[in-house]
Formats: sequence, structure tokens, C-alpha cells
Amino acid sequence: MAEKHNRPTMFRRIRELPVVGRVADWGMGPSAVSKQTREAGSRIAGLKATESICPYCAVGCGQIVYTRDGELVDIEGNPNSPINQGTLCPKGSASRQLIQQPGRLTKVKYRRPGGTEWEELELEQAMDMIAERVIAARENGWEECDEQGWRVDRTLGFAHLGGATLDNEENYLIKKLFTAMGAVQIENQARI
Amino acid sequence: MPGLGTSFGRGGATNFQQDIQNSDCVWIQGSSMAEAHPVGFRWVMKAKERGAKIIHVDPHYSRTSALADISLQIRAGSDIAFVGGLIRHVIETESYFRDYVVNYTNAGTILSEKYQGPEDLEGVFAGYDPETGTYDRSFWMYEGGDMPSAAGQREHSTQAFSDRTGAGMHVGKVDSDPTLQHERCVFQVMKRHYARYTPEMVERVCGISQEDFLKVAETLAENSGRERTSMLVYALGWTQHSTGVQMIRAGAILQLLLGNVGRPGGGVMAMRGHASIQGSSDIPTLYELLPGYLPMPRAAEEHLTLESYVEKGGSDRGWWCHFDKYIVSLLKAWFGPNATEDNDYGFGWLPKISGNHSHFPTMMRALDGGLEGLFAMGQNPAVGSQNSKLQRRALANLKWLVVRDLAEVESANFWKDSPEVRSGELRTEEIQTEVFLMPAAGHVEKEGHFTNTQRLLQWRDKALDPPGDARSELHFMHHLAKRVLAHYRDSDADRDWPLRNLHWDYPEHGEHAEPSAEAVLKEIGGYDVETGRPLNGFTELGNDGSTACGCWIYSGCFADGVNQPRRRDPGDIDAPGGIVSPEWGWAWPANRRLLYNRASADPSGKPWSERKKYVWWDEDEGKWTGYDVPDFPADKKPAYRAPDDATGMDAISGDDPFIMMADGRGWLFSPSGLLDGPLPTHYEPLESPVDNALYPKVGANPVALVWDRNGNRLAAPGDPRYPVIASTFRLTEHHTAGAMSRNLPWLAELQPEMFCELDPALAAEHGIEDGEWMTIYSERAEIEARAKVTNRVRPMTLGDRVLHQISLPWHWGFYTTSPQGVTGDAANDLVPLSGDPNVSIEDKTFACNVRAGRRSQKPGESFGTLRSSPYSARPDHDHAAEHPHHAGARKAGPHDPAAPAS
Repeated sequence: MAEKHNRPTMFRRIRELPVVGRVADWGMGPSAVSKQTREAGSRIAGLKATESICPYCAVGCGQIVYTRDGELVDIEGNPNSPINQGTLCPKGSASRQLIQQPGRLTKVKYRRPGGTEWEELELEQAMDMIAERVIAARENGWEECDEQGWRVDRTLGFAHLGGATLDNEENYLIKKLFTAMGAVQIENQARI
Repeated sequence: MPGLGTSFGRGGATNFQQDIQNSDCVWIQGSSMAEAHPVGFRWVMKAKERGAKIIHVDPHYSRTSALADISLQIRAGSDIAFVGGLIRHVIETESYFRDYVVNYTNAGTILSEKYQGPEDLEGVFAGYDPETGTYDRSFWMYEGGDMPSAAGQREHSTQAFSDRTGAGMHVGKVDSDPTLQHERCVFQVMKRHYARYTPEMVERVCGISQEDFLKVAETLAENSGRERTSMLVYALGWTQHSTGVQMIRAGAILQLLLGNVGRPGGGVMAMRGHASIQGSSDIPTLYELLPGYLPMPRAAEEHLTLESYVEKGGSDRGWWCHFDKYIVSLLKAWFGPNATEDNDYGFGWLPKISGNHSHFPTMMRALDGGLEGLFAMGQNPAVGSQNSKLQRRALANLKWLVVRDLAEVESANFWKDSPEVRSGELRTEEIQTEVFLMPAAGHVEKEGHFTNTQRLLQWRDKALDPPGDARSELHFMHHLAKRVLAHYRDSDADRDWPLRNLHWDYPEHGEHAEPSAEAVLKEIGGYDVETGRPLNGFTELGNDGSTACGCWIYSGCFADGVNQPRRRDPGDIDAPGGIVSPEWGWAWPANRRLLYNRASADPSGKPWSERKKYVWWDEDEGKWTGYDVPDFPADKKPAYRAPDDATGMDAISGDDPFIMMADGRGWLFSPSGLLDGPLPTHYEPLESPVDNALYPKVGANPVALVWDRNGNRLAAPGDPRYPVIASTFRLTEHHTAGAMSRNLPWLAELQPEMFCELDPALAAEHGIEDGEWMTIYSERAEIEARAKVTNRVRPMTLGDRVLHQISLPWHWGFYTTSPQGVTGDAANDLVPLSGDPNVSIEDKTFACNVRAGRRSQKPGESFGTLRSSPYSARPDHDHAAEHPHHAGARKAGPHDPAAPAS
């Protein structure tokens, strides 16, 4: 069904005219494909397709993610999406490289105070260290009352920034845990 | 998003993108949609194919302008003068949609005698206190209306809807004059307010010729009314100003006057900048909100209890009478079985806010040594936030920092390779910040949902595992929570109650014990506490602890136990109304795709015209019906008239389409909710080379937030050192500050280098050659860029003065992970931290100057030295940034460079 919307209506009408339609199609139809290309086939043929949404701007284009044995092969526009109907912009089209970018992190990097170089940390160790620090910051920054004497029951020891490219589920857990810890400095890019 | 909330009731785009094709005129201002939202822009092109007129008004000629029928260059930051001119035009020429205005807006409502506006008071509204630079908003009320006491009046309003849609307006029936003749009715007040926003004035303030201005005014008027609708599209070109909320208000007012709201092809399309900006304010990581736009509790209130919170936040009239159900259900979701009526469901243990704890003050607190730790998850303030130089200095003063991202970003390695380290201003060995850089999962490596620009929740399935130790933020937060909760499990301290009782039982799966995103979604959407049955919508929520719901506006997103955002049936989009695709994803609230759609029918419930038919009253069935979920009680007859003493939804008559508002009307005049005035007024940007032609005594927005301190000085109005106006813009090929695009070989190749667009006359004046280096400097910093000498920006004549504007893309930063990636100076180094009083967002327009050649490599001298003593993390009770100054209280004149740091 989405197919019908890939071209302007006027253009479709012209294409349906005999002779004129042939001219309009010249160089664009199946005849324009070389034998070599035809034989090479599609590199996404037969791959596992998973439906997703583009992570860049807020338009919300549907994407199809093609994988082979758990390896990402390509990301294309989802033709079923009523929003983008199979199209993607340059960023959405490049989103495979976002996942497979040359500098993609796979280990925790750690910089000690005053350190001049990165070190590597095991994930579990980093999680333990972070938990220890956030608990200490909560306690050190605790305020029962503000300067006017009003009850505030909060900590100003730590803050959070970020969220506009995170999932709602993730933001929900951030807000839930950090608020329960008494943090108020919880912010992201979405202001207005 | 209070600009929309105070006008219509909800802070979300009113329409959906596919609906743009139904428009007869698409008016794009404050957005370069073809560039920044290219795939959404295809619907604008579709409208154009069908004969719609496209208008683009922007400081900078872009791909959007090239595709518009009318494209105008406007002086950056002068948009309210332009839109005010349009408002005046439709009033004076009587081209507003009278039946709509009289019945669906507060045009006839009579204001209190106390109200006076900028025309009476030389640029400020009644209630202005020059000492504090703030307003007493009780002067802006409806006649007979009342505001709650001034206690707890805030330095910074909240984005909470309830605070801005007439909650606290404990009024009976308000007086109204349907003839719009009463001299104190909103319509007449507005007419006087904009009387001086003439085409001549628009020309003088905005640099747009009278002829061009009238072309826009007439095109919009011709394409609005019963048979036709026009749509407004805006984006960050409006939101990022010291008057940003009021710019959006101005657009919303014009759309109400033209009768375009709640109708197909009409409304206000807010284009958000990130995938889930809408989601991250709906489920807010924002300091003054709880999920669903409920306000965070505030200190400075005696005996703050659940009851007083509900009393203050709820409303006797309209939808907000349900306020108590939403907060109680949220507390049940968070604190589970131990949240009971006896302990106020745990309300008293929630942290309270008392000042401004938004991003900027928090970073200033860090800079002053008052913040121990910071989590930056998918945000890169070291180049992506305003005055990024100051942000980096703040990061260098933290005790610890956790950055989660896909790759190494500038916020993680500022200690190693920032401009400050390169110049010797900071030394790596002296920076005591401990940094954890955590590998994050990408969007295809985890499941969950975004809320896209049209309030649409869309689910992503997981396609593959993240590499190595990369994990989702869901995983990170879940496993951090388990550690934190274990630590406090046996504590008996009162302040640890929320942690001891936090309801946290998300099931895990897989070898890395990933928590279930669907379980979190189910909690967000709400469930019956007793049976665990997912709720079908917020009408099922109770105030007695029988329901739990993590975000009431999302209630129903797991209706029938089905993951509604995961629905992927576009339906027959060629059928009448088929473009609504109600089964593709799920939209809040209640899967409505076009908000306030009751207004698509006339007061009697019939469509205004066959051509613009959308939702209507079916007399035989006795209910509202149409192509979408009606945004109105389904069986409320159009003829229903609210008795004077009615409360709750009974106070909303059958022809009051804006059900979130206490009076059921669209607000031309906003009696509550905004801190800087009930009507948009032209103020100059905080840094402007020109005087305010309309209100010379005031200049900039008198209640805008400024943080006048070392490293964040503002140039005085008219400062001759900075005669050039700069504004920032986006390119299609990059995303925000570049962390998601500059490392990617394809995108880096398409837009390889930071550049600055300037006009040939300005270039000639400074000897700058196309393609060569140039330097741009402001009161904060200087950066270098390649010069693009082009007519895409043109000198403009304002009165007897010629002004130059430059345009800067803001996608570059100092680091890339990839040999094929690109780096460049960050435009955000130049931008001051300042804010709209309503939302603390920065000013996108600022004053600067240019010169030929590269920037100096000398150490910066704008800052004091970094304190060398080891970090001390005492809470700083006098922390000034959380109580910022207002522009009106700012001293004029260039600053004294020797002044001590504040």
C-alpha cells in the first residue's frame, strides 16, 4: 500500500499514459539494471529483519534492521511506517555506522583523579565504585532544611544530565531511583 | 513546553506530521524543517503538491527557504514583533475566524481592572517589581478570578501543565462579552496591545519590507477559516531564546484567531530536536517535574502535605479536578504496598525544590565546587551546551563524573584534550575529576520506546546484542538501583524511607540480567494494584491507592496487556481519514492524534466544512465520532451548558473544546502560567546591537534570567565592540553537537568542516575571503571557522542603520574517535548562559564580531584560575546560581573586567 505513495500522483498519471509513460520511465525502470547488478542480488535478502525507530531527530522514522547471525548488516527505512514510508535522511541512512563506528566503546574507561591516561576497568568493579560514590555524594550533600528553614529532604551532592535520546523506560528508572535518593538536580536537553 | 500548554492546555504538538498534507498553507518560522527534519518535511512537499502555499521566515536562507513560496529573512530574535504584526493585521482587517474566536477562545472574557499592559507602562506589565525583576501575576487575572496567595511564588515557573492551565483559578463562571466590545475584554486588550505593531514597525524592527510582511499576512488569512486551514511549524529556532516561550505563545494566539487549532491541516507543529525530547519531558528528567507534568513539591510552604499539594495543583474546574488520582497512583507505582493513605502514600518523603536546579545553575554549582558527582547519559555538555567553555571548567571541578555514551565524547576527555588544556589554561595533572566512561548500547541493541515529536510512542525491538561491556541505560540504572537499595535495606533513618520502600521488582533476562523494558512500560501505563491488570486509560485511575501508574498521560499504553507502542498497522491510508493510522504506535493522551479536535466541529457539533471534517457529533448514536479519538467526553452533547456552580468536568460546556483549561477555552490571554507576561511582547535579545524600537525604556525581556559572573559576561546592549548578530543553525548531515555524526565516515565526509556564513559586504569590511579562516569572538570566547561568503545571509537595513548577521552551525567539537571523523571549534563556546524565565533555556541569538585569520592560541583570560586545592564538597547554601538575576535588574554599560567573580 505504501508503494502507491512513493511517487507524486501527477507523475503516476503521466507514467500510465502510453508512449509518454515509456519516456518518463526511461533510464529509471528495471531496464536500467545491469546484468551484473541483477545477478549480485540484494545483500539484505534472506536476513533477519527487526523493526526499529531512528535515533536522531524527533520525526520518528521507522527503520528495518537487517542482521546475519547477530551481526548488523544494514539499516533501512521501513516502508510500512506511515511517517517515512521507507525513506530515511542522510543521518538515518548512516545509522549503521553509528552502531559500527570505528571508536565504539566496549570496555569501561577509567581516569583516576589527576591521571594523565585512560585505564580499563571491569564493568562490575566500575558499577560497585559508582554505587559507592553516589551513596557518599547523597549523604555528603544532604539537606534537611533549606536556608529559610523549610523542609527540603534532598541532596545536592550529585546531579544527572541527559535523556532526550534515551528510552522512556530508561528515563523513568532514572527519575524513580534518583528522586527516591533525594536528588533534585535531574535534567536533560528538553527545556521548552 | 509552556508556550503551548498555556495556550491550549497541553505541552505537545497539536497535530501529527502526516496531517501537514491537509494544510492549505504551511507557515514555518523558527525552524529549518527541510534541513533539520528532512523526512517530516516530505509532508510539507506533499501539501505543496496539492496546492498549499509554503512560507518560511528565518534569519538564514536554507534548503527550507529554497522550497518555500515565500521566504523572508528576519533579524534573529525579533520574531514576536513580526507575529505581533500578523496578530494586529488579522484584528484590524477583521480577517479572524469570528465564530471560532467568540465560541472557542477567551476573547470575550473580561479582565480585572488591575490589569495594565506594556502600552500603559512603557514596556512592562502591571505587577512588575523592579527590585527583584519579577512579576506579581495577580494583576493579570480575569475579573472575579483569584490566584492562590503569593507565598511560594517562584523564581522560575514550572512546566507542569496544572500550574498553567487555570489550576488555582478557583473562580465561578467568568464574565464574558460575546460581542467582544467590552473595553476590558481580552479581545480589546489585545487589540490595544498590538496596535503599534504596524507593517512600518515590523519593517523597522525585523528588517522585513512592508510589502513582504503583507504578503505573509494575506496568505495566512486567505488560507484560514471554515474551508481552509493553515499550520504553524516551529522548532528550536523559537525555543532557544530569552523570549522563546512567548514566541510560541504569539504563534499560538495567531492560530487561535485564525481558527486553525484542533482542525486538520492546522494547529501548531512543534518539531523537537532529539528522538525523544517529548518523552523526556513527559517522563521528565527535569528538576521541577514529576511524570505526567505533575509539579515537583516545593519547599517554602507551611505544612506541605499531599492535601495541600493537591489543593494547590488541582483545579475545581476542568480536567485537573482529577489531579489527586494522578499523584496518588504515581506514589503507588513508586512506593508499592507501603504507600498507604495513612502515610500520605509517601508524599512527605519526596525531595522538595526551592530554587532553580536546572542544568545551568547546577553546572555553576559544580564550577564553584559545590557538586560532588555528575551523571551524563547521552548528553555532551562540554561542546553541546551553551557557554561550553564554562561547562568544561565545571566538569574539571567535580569529584567524579560518569559518562555513558557509544564512543568517547568531549565531556569524558575534557581533562586530556580540551581547548583549555591545549592552551595551558588548565593542566591535566591538576584536574581532580575522577571519570568513568561507560560503554552504552545503541538504539538497535536494546528494546524500549521513544516519544517522537507528535506525542507518538513508538517501540523498538532489539536486533542484536551490544558489544563487549556495552549495556543499556536500563541495565545500568537497574543494577545501580540494586546496589543502592541493598545498601539502605537495613537502615532505620527516616530519610531513607523512600529507598527502603522503593518498589523495584523488574524481572531480568539473558546472560547480562537485562531488566524487562516491557515490565517498566506496564508500570508507566498503570495497573490495578490488587489484580495487576493493566489499565485501559487514565479514567480508570483512583485516588484511594487502588491503582498504580508511573505516568498518567501514558495510561493505557499497555491496555489489554498489549504493548500499544509496538503496534505496527498503518491501516488503509487512502481511506477517508486513513492518514490518522490510529493503530501505528500509540499517542498520548488516549491515542488521540489531533488534539482539541472537538474544535474541528462548530458549536452545534457539525464539521465547520465538509473539506475540513474530522470529529463531529452523531445525534443518532448520541456520541462524538470521526476519524480520531474525540478529545472530549464521548457522550457530552454540544448543547450541554455548565451550571454556574459546576465543578470538575461538569463545568466544561458542550462547546468548550479545550478541556484541560479551567474555562474550556483556548487562551489568547494567559492569566496564569507564565512569568513574563500574559501577552507576548517584543523584547530585544539579551545581547543586541540595536535598541528596542517599541519599548526603548526596557530593551530586553526584563524578567529573563542572567547569570552575570566571570566567564559568562553579557555584552551591554549596543556595545560597539560586538556589532554583528549571530545565530546558530543545524545541517541535515550532522546531529546536535556531533557526538552521533562527526565520527561517522559518511556524514563526516558530507559536512567536513566548521564554517561561518557571512555576507559579502561584511567579509569585505574585514578582509575575509571565501574558504579562508576567520575568527568569531564574543564576550565569552573566540572560535575559528572557514568563511562561507554568501548571499544566504544578507545585510539588513533597520531605519538608518545597516546590520550584519552571521550564521553558525553548532555541530563541531574538539575530539573525534575516528580517523575519518571530523573536529572543529564549538559554536556553543560563544553563547552566554542565560534564560527564558519560564524554562531557563538559553538565548540562541547573541552579539559578536569577526576578523580574518585564525583564533589566537593564547590561554583564555576570561576566568579566574581553577582552584588548586583538593575538592571540597560542602553543600553551598548561598549558591547564587540557583537564584539567578533577572535582566531588568542588570546594570547597563560594559562590565568591568577587574570585577571579582560572583
